Amino acid sequence: MEKIYTVSVFTENSIGMLNRITIIFTRRHLNIDSITASESEVKDVFRYTIVLRTSKEQVDKVIGQIEKLVDVLKAFVHEESEIVHQEIALYKIKTDNLTNGSVEKVIRENYARILTVDPMFMVIEKTGHVEETQLLFEKLKPFGILEFARSGRVAVTKPMKELSTYLKEIEKSN
Amino acid sequence: MTELKITGAQALIKSLVEENVNTIFGYPGGAIMPIYDALYDYTDSINHVLVRHEQGAIHAAQGYARVSDKTGVVFATSGPGATNLITGLADALIDSTPLVCITGQVASHLLGTDAFQETDIIGISAPITKWNYQITKAHEIPSVIAKAFFIASSGRPGPVLIDITKDAQFESMQFYYEKCTKIRSYYPNPELNKDSVEEAAKLINQAKKPFLLIGQGIMLSNAENELKEFVEKSGIPVASTLLGLGAFPNNHPLYVGYLGMHGDYAPNIKTNECDVLIAIGMRFDDRVTGDVSRYAKQAKVIHIEIDASELHKIIKADVPIHADAKEALKLLTASINKNQHDLWLEEFKSAKKTEVDTLKQSAEILHSEELKMNEVIELLSEITHGEAIVVTDVGQHQMMAARYYQFNKSKSNITSGGLGTMGFALPAAIGAKFGAPKNTVIAIIGDGGFQMTVQELGTILQSKIDVKIVILNNRFLGMVRQWQQLFFEKRYSFTEMISPDFVALAKAYSIEAAKIENRANLKDALLKMLNYEGSYLLEVMVAKEENVFPMVPTGASVSEIRLK
Ligand SMILES: Cc1ncc(C[n+]2csc(CCOP(=O)(O)OP(=O)(O)O)c2C)c(N)n1
Repeated sequence: MEKIYTVSVFTENSIGMLNRITIIFTRRHLNIDSITASESEVKDVFRYTIVLRTSKEQVDKVIGQIEKLVDVLKAFVHEESEIVHQEIALYKIKTDNLTNGSVEKVIRENYARILTVDPMFMVIEKTGHVEETQLLFEKLKPFGILEFARSGRVAVTKPMKELSTYLKEIEKSN
Repeated sequence: MTELKITGAQALIKSLVEENVNTIFGYPGGAIMPIYDALYDYTDSINHVLVRHEQGAIHAAQGYARVSDKTGVVFATSGPGATNLITGLADALIDSTPLVCITGQVASHLLGTDAFQETDIIGISAPITKWNYQITKAHEIPSVIAKAFFIASSGRPGPVLIDITKDAQFESMQFYYEKCTKIRSYYPNPELNKDSVEEAAKLINQAKKPFLLIGQGIMLSNAENELKEFVEKSGIPVASTLLGLGAFPNNHPLYVGYLGMHGDYAPNIKTNECDVLIAIGMRFDDRVTGDVSRYAKQAKVIHIEIDASELHKIIKADVPIHADAKEALKLLTASINKNQHDLWLEEFKSAKKTEVDTLKQSAEILHSEELKMNEVIELLSEITHGEAIVVTDVGQHQMMAARYYQFNKSKSNITSGGLGTMGFALPAAIGAKFGAPKNTVIAIIGDGGFQMTVQELGTILQSKIDVKIVILNNRFLGMVRQWQQLFFEKRYSFTEMISPDFVALAKAYSIEAAKIENRANLKDALLKMLNYEGSYLLEVMVAKEENVFPMVPTGASVSEIRLK
């Protein structure tokens, strides 16, 4: 059965990691919904968060092959219930709209905020799950959206040993 | 601890010396010229084998690595030199062969500009290397080379590619070398879980019909003796995958045959009758399992494997043991009871008799005046006592060699298993001879595959080595023709092959050669070849339309193996 899985991969900071990780998905003809990368809580250790829809069996095999990469420290897979996740969306609309009171109402009701206001355009920001940022998108549509961007998912896990604990275990067993 | 200022190219050669490299297979070109220049000062201690095509270099390095315990080393230039390595990299990755390939690259300021002979070899080779890395600064060379050898040869071995820009080869640096024994993110030596071994021992002790499958992992872990002790104590019948042949002596009473699509009847059908299936250092390739949904469903499966990603990948193991085969076998042998399974073994013997009788009958009916591949191989096996290093190409002759050569020595069966690369045998045999110079090396090749890397006859000529080449000429791309006959109504679409005069071709390279067409001349011809001092090519004309049986057709279960 297909489900949404969030894969977290911790790697050394080496060139080409993103390519090495993604080709493992493409080889199995798996489509990635979103991917983000940043330094983790441990210096020089990078964290990739990859979201995809597939079966448990497939994702487990993918994790095995990702962990096999020499520069990967550890990879985990989580179901929706095991993580806290968030995305950020930016909406650019014409500043004219401000004089029309209903934009303010939409922003307020959706717990969004205005990042910047230029004479020509303004940028609204909303963080939340896809459904929430999408809802705001639909609400702002009538005002004319000039530009829209949504980030990939960032996630932290509910029950998980700290990465530094893993690193210590790894150092010991090696 | 030496410290002196040298160039990056010199540092590379010194690093190879530190890793005890004495043989390199390569081909020069613009972007690797500084390295070749540095190599010129080491002709006393390093033997560089000049091949005729980079694919030849990498297959030779594979042959070298597989017969010895060493890592094969390859040099190639940037661009086309590097891309010519691709097939060999893919082959070495899937067949777990330790290689370090060094490619030259354009100068770092030209990277990404489509400079002359620039190619993104790091990007291209990422999915077919165990690890790859581009060096742009000379000072990185020693530590990266140390890492390359460590990664290539540890855990489940595989190919590593190191791309070095030309400016890094010229740049000067302080040389200091330290071997790599540890990488934070890489865990090649899994800790053996003793509880799993106990669990496996319990299953084995209770088993009435246990069956052991072995793969190349036994040889990669040098666990041949531990395997023998385990088998002799447990009394369990042993079958081998294609790459595992030789890990257990084929003349041992507990050896019951070769697994898979063109394997033996008994081990295939018994896979679906055993109660405990023990798999060691093998990965349940589809050519071994046939239809996985009907594979060993009745059995409890114990899988001992060093590569964690292979566990449960194809066959769900009841007892997965993530470990080095040697270590696991030692402990397992200590934990099991001495046992014998005579009745169960009898079943294998009677199944074998069924196979032999059926095959004999069909051979008699089928144009018996023509020479058959199996006769040639059986005779070769007999004359060499199953102790030669046999390097095969891909096709019917490969399956026949696997079936009829009695591999009694470890690391004596060199073939392209996972990738099935035609053109592998000739260069791999050259490499094998360099890796095991005291052994007789015989390449068995089809008329098709021989022509894929035939240029390497030039390497034999120049390096003056002694390789015996047997071409089994059926004037067809035989294996494809067999499938056309069986599954495409004999529509022989582009499989008939007209070949040159192989004897004349060999002689053009100063290689002694002969051709035979009759059974009566076979033994003499083989003896003459084997006794000849130096390389020798023997072309044997065999039946045009012989088929390899038994056969598990694609999608069938191992128990549906066809004897004719
Ligand atoms: C590089 C490559 N191309 C194509 C194939 C597909 N293929 C597998 S076996 C075979 C026929 C081999 O013919 P030959 O070398 O004459 O050996 P035979 O089967 O007749 O013994 C072919 C074309 C392959 N394995 N490798």
